[in-house]
Amino acid sequence: MAKTKNSKTSPVAAASTLSDAQLHEMLYTMMVIRRFEEKALELYSLGKVHGTMHLSIGQEATAVGASAALTQQDYLLNTHRGHGHCLAWGSQADLMMAEFMGKETGYCRGRGGSMHIANVDANNLGANGIVAGGLPISVGVGLSIKSRNTEQVVMVVFGDGASNEGAFHESLNMASIWNLPVIFLCENNQYAMSMPVEKSMRVERISERAAAYGMYGVTVDGNDPQAVFAAVLRARQQAVAGHGPTLIECNTYRYMGHSKSDRQAYRTREEVKAWMDKDPIERLAGNLGLKESAKEALFKKAEAEIAEAVSFAEASPEPDPADIMEGVYA
Amino acid sequence: MPSANGTREITYVEAVREALTQAMQADERVFLIGEDIGVYGGAFGVSAGMHAQFGDQRVIDTPISEAAIVGACVGSALTGMRPVGEIQFMDFITLGMEQLVLQAAKVRFMFGGKASVPMVLRTPGGSGTGAAAQHSESLETWFTHVPGLKVVMPSSPYDAKGLLLAAIADENPVIFVEHKLLYKISGPVPEEPYTIPLGQPNIVRSGQHLTVVATSIMVQRAKQAAEELAKEGIELEIVDPRTLNPLDDTLMIQSVMKTGKALIVHESVKTSGYGAELAARIVESEAFDYLDAPVRRLAGLDIPIPYNRNLEYHAVPQVENIVAEARKLVRGEY
Ligand SMILES: Cc1ncc(C[n+]2csc(CCOP(=O)(O)OP(=O)(O)O)c2C)c(N)n1
Repeated sequence: MAKTKNSKTSPVAAASTLSDAQLHEMLYTMMVIRRFEEKALELYSLGKVHGTMHLSIGQEATAVGASAALTQQDYLLNTHRGHGHCLAWGSQADLMMAEFMGKETGYCRGRGGSMHIANVDANNLGANGIVAGGLPISVGVGLSIKSRNTEQVVMVVFGDGASNEGAFHESLNMASIWNLPVIFLCENNQYAMSMPVEKSMRVERISERAAAYGMYGVTVDGNDPQAVFAAVLRARQQAVAGHGPTLIECNTYRYMGHSKSDRQAYRTREEVKAWMDKDPIERLAGNLGLKESAKEALFKKAEAEIAEAVSFAEASPEPDPADIMEGVYA
Repeated sequence: MPSANGTREITYVEAVREALTQAMQADERVFLIGEDIGVYGGAFGVSAGMHAQFGDQRVIDTPISEAAIVGACVGSALTGMRPVGEIQFMDFITLGMEQLVLQAAKVRFMFGGKASVPMVLRTPGGSGTGAAAQHSESLETWFTHVPGLKVVMPSSPYDAKGLLLAAIADENPVIFVEHKLLYKISGPVPEEPYTIPLGQPNIVRSGQHLTVVATSIMVQRAKQAAEELAKEGIELEIVDPRTLNPLDDTLMIQSVMKTGKALIVHESVKTSGYGAELAARIVESEAFDYLDAPVRRLAGLDIPIPYNRNLEYHAVPQVENIVAEARKLVRGEY
C-alpha cells in the first residue's frame, strides 16, 4: 500500500466507524511503517544512512488513523519524527529510502534527508527539523485554503514538546480567531527528548490548552487508530464547515530513544515495557482476530516491500556535486 | 595565563565542561539553563554528570522554549546572577533572536550604562554531521553585526576553556560558538582555571609566505593545510581571531604586512560573511601598501547545508581547498 502514490483511505463521509477492509489496510500500513523504520535504523547502523534518525516505532497508529481521515486534496505538515506520517500519507517507500540514503532519486533529491522529507506532489509540505516550525506555516496554509475557498484542510503534526514553544501559542490563537481549517495534531509520546510532559507543563492534558484560544480540544488514545481516525474526521468536518481549528492530542509512546545517541537515562525499562504491552499493531491485529500466522504473513509482505525499496535506493545515483548550487532560488 | 605546553590532553568537550564546572565551583551565581542539559547531559554531552554534581537548581532543564531560555538569561543576569544558557543547536537561536538582539544586546546602552547583562549563550554550530539544513548553520556573522554582543569562537580545547571562563566573567552578553566537529579533538589544557582575554587573537602558526586568517574549525583545517604546504616549502602563518567581536586586528594586520598576502577562511556563507569584515579591515589598514596579491576569501557556498554527504562536504571549505587556494596565492596566480 505504501508504494502506491496517494493511496490514503478516503474518509467515510460522516461515519466514524471503519469497515473491516479499511482496518486491515490500516494494519498493513502500520506494519509497513514499522518495517521501514527498523530497516532505516539498520541502514543507519551500517553507515548507509547518515546524520541523525528519529524513529516513531510504537506511534504508528496515530499516523495511520489521522491520514485515513483526510483526503488527497488536504495538506500535511510533519515533524522530525514523521516517517510514519509520510508513509501513511501515501508516499512511496522506495523514494523515501532513496532520500534517507541521500540519493538523487529521493523525494528531495538527497538534499533534505529524513528530517526534511516532503512529497510536495501529494500535498505533503514536509517534515521539519525545527520543533513547532510547522505550526505557523499551517496558519498560512489555512489562510490560503480560506481565500481559495476550497474544501481542503491542513493537518500539522507536532510533539508534546512543541506545545511549549511560542510558535504553538501564536499559531493556535491566530487559527482560532480566523476560523481557519487547521487540524493541530499533537503526538504526545510523553517525552520531548529527555523532558517528560509532567515536568514541562502544569496542565495535565495538552488538549486543555485549546480552551485558552477558544478552540475545541480533545485527547484520544493514540495507540488506537480508530480513535484517532474518529477525532480527525470530526475535526475535518468542523473545519470544512467553517467552524475553525481543532487541537487533538494523541497519547502514545516511542519505544526507541529520541535519536541514536540517546542513552535514555531519563526513563525506566519497566515504563518502556509497559507501553510495549499496549503495542498498536499487536492490539489491532488482535482486535481483528488475526491468527499469528496471518499476522506473520502480513509482516513478511511489508518486509518484502521495504527490501525492494532498499534495492531501489541502493541502485540509485548520488547527486552530482556540479549541481550543488541548484535549488536555492526559484 | 598558563601556556598550553606540557599539560595533560583533554577533548574540546571536556574543556568546555571543565570551564563550566570550575566557574560554578568558584561562583555561586553561575548556573546552567537549557534543553536536556540535566540527566541527559546535553545533546552533545557537554554537561554530562553536572546535574548529579550541582543539582536541579544550578543545572536547569527547560521545556523547548528558546525565547524564554534567552530571556531567562537576560532577566537573571540583570539582577545579579551569571547565567550560562545553552541553545541546543545554533540554528535555534533564531527562535530566541528577539531576546538576544533587541533585549540582551541593548539593555545596558538604553539604560544609560546603569545596568549590565553578564550572560553567556553557548551553542554548537557548523556542518559535517549530516544533520542537513536546519541543524548545520553557521550564523556567527549575524551576531557580530549587533553592537552590545560579544562573539567568541574557540578553535581548540585550550582556547575553549580559557575563553569560556573569560566569557562567564565578562559583564556583557557573550555568544559562545562551539563547533560540533571540534568536540572530539584533543589538545593540552591546564587543569587550573585560566582566562584568555576576549578580543585577543592568536598566532596559531608562524610563517612568512601567506597569512591565513581562520575561525573555529577552519583553524584546524588551515593547520593541516599548512603541514602539507610546508612540504613544498610554503610556510603559512595562521591567525585565529578567537573573539570575532570585539576584534583587535593588530596581529592580523602586522602579519599581512609581513607576508604581503592574506587568505581568509570561514565556514559561514561567503556573501556578507565575517570574511568580508576581515578583508575590509586589512585593506583599509596600513597593510594595504604591503599587499602583493588580492585578499582572498574561502567560505561556505551561498547555499543551505545539503544532507547528502558528498554535497555537504563540498558546501564548506576543506583542507584541500585551503591548500589549493593558498598555493595559488603564494605562486602569484591571482
Ligand atoms: C526549536 C528547536 N529546539 C530544539 C530542537 C531540538 N530537538 C529536536 S526534537 C526535540 C524534542 C521534541 O519533542 P516533541 O516535540 O515532544 O517531539 P518528539 O521528538 O517527542 O516527537 C528537541 C528538543 C529543535 N529541533 N528545534
